[in-house]
Amino acid sequence: MLPPFALEEPTSVHEASALLARYGETARLYAGGTELLLAMKEGLLRYERLINIKLIPELAGLALADGALHVGATTTHRGLERSAVVRAHFPALAEMAAHVANVRVREVGTLGGNLCFAEPHADPGTLLLVHDASVALAQQGGARTLALAQFFVGPFEVALADDEILTAIQVPALPAHTAAVYVKYGLLERPSVGVAVAVTALPNQVQAVRVAVGCVSPTPRRLWDVEGLLSSKEVPAVRATLDTAGALAGSAADAVTDLHGSAEYKAYLVGVLLRRAFEQAYQQAIGETPSDAARGRGTA
Amino acid sequence: MGQVLSIRVIVNGHAHDVLIEPYLTLIELIRDRFGLTGTKKSCDMQVCGACTVLLNGRPVSACTMLAFEARNASLLTIEGMAQGETLHPIQEAFIEHGGLQCGFCTPGMILAAKALLEENPAPTEAEVKHYMRGNLCRCTGYKRILESIMVAARRLAQTHNHGAPEA
Repeated sequence: MLPPFALEEPTSVHEASALLARYGETARLYAGGTELLLAMKEGLLRYERLINIKLIPELAGLALADGALHVGATTTHRGLERSAVVRAHFPALAEMAAHVANVRVREVGTLGGNLCFAEPHADPGTLLLVHDASVALAQQGGARTLALAQFFVGPFEVALADDEILTAIQVPALPAHTAAVYVKYGLLERPSVGVAVAVTALPNQVQAVRVAVGCVSPTPRRLWDVEGLLSSKEVPAVRATLDTAGALAGSAADAVTDLHGSAEYKAYLVGVLLRRAFEQAYQQAIGETPSDAARGRGTA
Repeated sequence: MGQVLSIRVIVNGHAHDVLIEPYLTLIELIRDRFGLTGTKKSCDMQVCGACTVLLNGRPVSACTMLAFEARNASLLTIEGMAQGETLHPIQEAFIEHGGLQCGFCTPGMILAAKALLEENPAPTEAEVKHYMRGNLCRCTGYKRILESIMVAARRLAQTHNHGAPEA
């Protein structure tokens, strides 16, 4: 049973922002409801009014322009997973989306909602950080763009003004010879640890590595120090550094102890997943995807 | 006075006009208003899949979906799977291959399987496992459930092939 609330159904961002301005903290935006309705059922959150933003055309849709992906805020995880454009140009994003929770959550849960709810145990934010994604925000008075890294403030807290709405997620193309990979581990419904890596490499030469961790700490974050350790090196040198980098990543992740495991356990897992993600991303970056490798053996 | 919404829902092929509160959940609409108790409420947090129904062909958790989202939509519950006395091929496969034990998860399993097979008529076992990951069986009869879905997929494919004139 949900506690009573009223429903508003604006058809423009301007109208939705005006409703937020008018009702303040007694109202909340509602899209997929996969996080919000659970919290309301548990009595953790209570609102007099939900503002359904799924009837706003500007918030819908996926488009590729100049190599960058524009994801409307109300795009569902399933929409990302099944989009031919996303699968072709941002395969790591499609793969990540295909493994969010379960198929029912993916059918209704939205990317914008996932980022705005900022539940620390989530997948998309971590991967989007290594894509250098940004978020488009709008309110009655205007619009701005914010790097995703600046958008996450804390657990369940993002840098949105009271009457501001996340309208889209912008994902720039990865540089040439770059592949991104997201790996996660968890025994519960939500992931315990998530690590995203983007590797720019030619055979045997790693030019740049981007690393982000999520789920272990209050917000997903880029690990700049770890990236510095791994970039601009030959592959054997990178591999020799991975243990040190993993340990650094584990401590830099600022893991917290919770139901998903102790901080020490999670910090260790960060190192393990970093090594796995690096190898996968490196192989993909130099064009040796597992399926290519299998085909190569078949014809040799 | 509380807000009341007037919506039309196509429930298992029949149109219903209902007045609902905005905070009514889909499972309350299905079980309490329509009396269709084949849809089960279990975890109530979108994890177990016992309340899986199809909304315009897509699987959703009725427990955590607001009823108004079914506005002008086609809703399929387990009661709408059989045609009169004739069971759906997925139902038949579950019965013949022991895809159910206590039966509590079965309505959700069958509806999720229907959505899967409409999207992917010839899935691999790995694809079935991935898609069905969010439908839990506490009797742990997963092997037979998987088998039932694979059999149903083959049968449905045959039916389609035989139905096509050029086949």
